[in-house]
Amino acid sequence: MYGGGYIFDEPNKRQLKEEQLHDDPVKLTEFEARIARGEKIEPGDWMPSEYRRQLIRLIEQHAHSEIIGALPEGTWITRAPGFKRKLALIAKVQDEIGHGQLLYNAAETLGKSREAMINDLLSGKSKYSNVFNYPAETWADVTVIGFLIDAAAIVNQVANAKGSYGPYCRALERICYEESFHLKQGHDAFIELATGTPAQKQMLQDALNRWWQPIMHFFGPPDKTSVHSEKLMQWKVKMASNDDMRNQFLDAYVPKIRELGMTLPDPELKKDEATGKWQFSDPDWDLFKKVINGGGPCNAERLSVRQWAEEHGRWVRKALMTPQKVNVAPVA
Amino acid sequence: MTQPSLDPRVNRLHLRDSGEPVEVQEGENWNSFEVFHQEKRGAHHEHVGCVHAPNAQLALVFAKEQFARRKKCVNLWVVRSADILAFNAEDEDMFANNAEKTYRDASGFKVMEKINQFKKSTNDKK
Repeated sequence: MYGGGYIFDEPNKRQLKEEQLHDDPVKLTEFEARIARGEKIEPGDWMPSEYRRQLIRLIEQHAHSEIIGALPEGTWITRAPGFKRKLALIAKVQDEIGHGQLLYNAAETLGKSREAMINDLLSGKSKYSNVFNYPAETWADVTVIGFLIDAAAIVNQVANAKGSYGPYCRALERICYEESFHLKQGHDAFIELATGTPAQKQMLQDALNRWWQPIMHFFGPPDKTSVHSEKLMQWKVKMASNDDMRNQFLDAYVPKIRELGMTLPDPELKKDEATGKWQFSDPDWDLFKKVINGGGPCNAERLSVRQWAEEHGRWVRKALMTPQKVNVAPVA
Repeated sequence: MTQPSLDPRVNRLHLRDSGEPVEVQEGENWNSFEVFHQEKRGAHHEHVGCVHAPNAQLALVFAKEQFARRKKCVNLWVVRSADILAFNAEDEDMFANNAEKTYRDASGFKVMEKINQFKKSTNDKK
């Protein structure tokens, strides 16, 4: 997942040094040996320019996904059913925004400023996870997101936490710890609807039917069509193939859905016990591309909400940067 | 897309009409500060990450939100990332140890062997 998308290059005002344009083969060998030994790469280390570019793209997309991902859920805070669910949802949304901050910081260590990343998000250059371009129509959608989207994200993040870039791994360690709460509260809410009244069950089933295709899209296109994976795997930027992560997710979570009497809208979905691989009907990858490139039901809305926040938060940021007045107590 | 949003705020604020593209200026999102977290009294402050803030006071406030909202914490330090001085990562080899440095180490002094040998020899004499 997080494949493809916009690649950031050093702005022209900062001249690239010769060594950044052409990787020194001796240093490249040392670098690859270090990774093969299981050592981490830190910000000041020499690294191939392609490693830097791909990591910026990956971490930045991950950061944007955390921020944009909080939007479909955030809108349900006011309408969460009950006090405990509301508290949990507020805590979860706060966590997601915090994850975005941690990841922007990690990406910044590679040379792209946070402002540049936000600009690229707002202009549509940088991508974020495709699932967040779909609406959360009912509370059951929030439940499916909290349980299954977070579960899928954890599969990806646990894999990436074993990657080679130190700052990204450290951010992910903290993120995974908090995600375990997200998953558990999502599972709890999911179980409550699945074991509830017929109307609650129906609402959950409808949400599952709506979200199943985006969930199958979540890990990205099948390995056979995925490009330049091999080098990124060797450099431990990409830690597991899209198909492997998808299979791992299905293996862990399809039984948890079915044990509650819920169904999934794919008649071909079943595990081949001989190979251990899940079989499913091919998701619509043309739709996936269309949504990624701006054609989804919520792309425009997500970006305009983010842009509104940036625009209307500006005076606060400026005021904090240049405090002009000190508040004094009234004299009488 | 003309259908109303499922998010009431979007409809209320007419967000779809906002139009004008926003350009965030370099530096507008402030500086970064490194955050150090003390888990209990008497423990070391440990580096846990960083926050963006306009000054150190607000960095502390943001650090509390970001790094102290769950696990136990009794204090935090913040310091501007730009003020951290570090060795060049490529000079790592200067920390390489001599093979023979047991003279700096508790494990380099085997007193029990000598004590036992002494006790044994005095017992033998009796």
